[in-house]
Amino acid sequence: MSDLSAPAACVDLGQLPVGSTVALFGGIYNNHLALHATVADARRRGAAAVFFLGDTGGFGPHPDRSVEGLRSLPVHSIAGNYDHSIGSDAADCACGYTDPRDNHFAQISYDYTLANTAAEHKGWLAALPHSARFELGGQRVLLCHGSPRKQNEFLWHSTTPAAYIDVLCREQQADLVCCTHTGMHWERRLADGRGVVNVGAIGRPANDGRTCVWYALLHSTPAGLRAELVPLSYDHEGLAREMRDEGLPAEFVETIETGWWTTCLEILPPRERMAGRY
Amino acid sequence: MTASSDPTLPFLHLDTLWLQVTGTVCNIACRHCFISCGPKVRIHDLMTVDQCRAAIDAAAAHGCRAYAFTGGEPFLHPDILALVDLALARGPLDILSNGMLIDEPLAQALARRFREAPHGFDVRISLDGLSAEENDPVRGRGVFDATVQGIRNLVAAGMEPVVAVTTVHADHESAQGRQAFYELLRGLGVAHPRVKLIPPFRIGREARRSGGYGPLERLTAAMIDDDSPWVLQCGTSRMVTNRGAWPCPILVNDDGARMGDRLDDALRPCTLGSPACHTCHVEGFSCRT
Repeated sequence: MSDLSAPAACVDLGQLPVGSTVALFGGIYNNHLALHATVADARRRGAAAVFFLGDTGGFGPHPDRSVEGLRSLPVHSIAGNYDHSIGSDAADCACGYTDPRDNHFAQISYDYTLANTAAEHKGWLAALPHSARFELGGQRVLLCHGSPRKQNEFLWHSTTPAAYIDVLCREQQADLVCCTHTGMHWERRLADGRGVVNVGAIGRPANDGRTCVWYALLHSTPAGLRAELVPLSYDHEGLAREMRDEGLPAEFVETIETGWWTTCLEILPPRERMAGRY
Repeated sequence: MTASSDPTLPFLHLDTLWLQVTGTVCNIACRHCFISCGPKVRIHDLMTVDQCRAAIDAAAAHGCRAYAFTGGEPFLHPDILALVDLALARGPLDILSNGMLIDEPLAQALARRFREAPHGFDVRISLDGLSAEENDPVRGRGVFDATVQGIRNLVAAGMEPVVAVTTVHADHESAQGRQAFYELLRGLGVAHPRVKLIPPFRIGREARRSGGYGPLERLTAAMIDDDSPWVLQCGTSRMVTNRGAWPCPILVNDDGARMGDRLDDALRPCTLGSPACHTCHVEGFSCRT
């Protein structure tokens, strides 16, 4: 279990004027092609800074390519639970599934990522901060992986009510909490403008039958921070080829090629589950 | 019963509020029921709409994440849809049911809320066997067929329930056992089959069926660590009934576990004094779906 009581890394964005934009993405899951496409797209859209909210490994091919990408690109990174596990050479991803089929596929991803991540990269993952803060247009933004209180807590749209968002923002002294971990993007705002943005994941599609992946832009406006959830097309066919060449399960490739999740479905709340094919 | 040596568990935050909306009143009397519910069992009685509203409002004021209705059988409550609407306005809701009372009109009403509510909505239906021969000796004659019909009604209305299986038959705990329930659900038209396995709690009527707990099946302070409040549901949940507030849905017939008259009285550490706490610890079990 990770410790989120440690102080957040504070990122000084300087005096970005109103009208500035930053980009946020999560869940690379070894999808190095989407990583490069995301950062390029964010810069093309004028992002002054780019933040990664954790979970570098799992699911896709060639883990080192994603870590190398993160280390070479101008990206501020925090750790996800997967980074914590890989960085500490843990035996499994600690995803906590109860369904044997889910555990079977989770272990394939994890063993593959652990075996193909260089020791030097594991050290880098282990040293990532668990949260980060910055201010944009006078608004306080907290970045975390799962939730501000726990790295592996799922914040889904259908199960994160306003009352809980109010608690999170108050306890964290934040106007906006940004997270990932679920692999599904959403936003919920309170009447006063505070809220949570789940930036989704760039590693695999959002279980919506589309092959694109999702990240978020935060625009500083005179009325506050506006979140834009961005669908991103990338070379998913190239990724599927690499996954087959690496011998990764056909079920994983199907997700990349169809946009439907095929494994590890038990974590989904009913509304999110029923929206998918499986 | 509690003893001075029983460990206490810190209370982190109210993630889930349980409401025993129909008390211990149920239309059936399962042989493994850990709170001994039945048609004439009024250890806890029905909660009024005002009692439910007060508890839900209090929970929301504390930032509660999710609500769950249990009983007894929640669909015996004459105002159940009003209660559903109260909860769904505040957060996601699970209802734990035997499914037998879910006729077509009720299924339609529930499914409409599943589609339109601002938060997630789930119905969890208990089924303890793959056939009437397996299920009914535990849950009662005719229960399997009535429960299956309730599932069919929900599916036809566009809502897929979770099935909860208390593992009174040991082979249901295996991967094959889980798979067999998936297949049963697919046969009933459930496209996204979900199964929750529940260990028997050897208290209430189940104590008579299985013999209860041994003297060493108790939690000690050495078994509790920093992670325990996250794992044990009493670190993040509370239960209210028409008689007050309790640490969890398992212990409502343990007067020693009662924490006060209202939810606010119970948002504090609790004592892990029941042998049933041992099952939650050993199995890593939570009543949450």
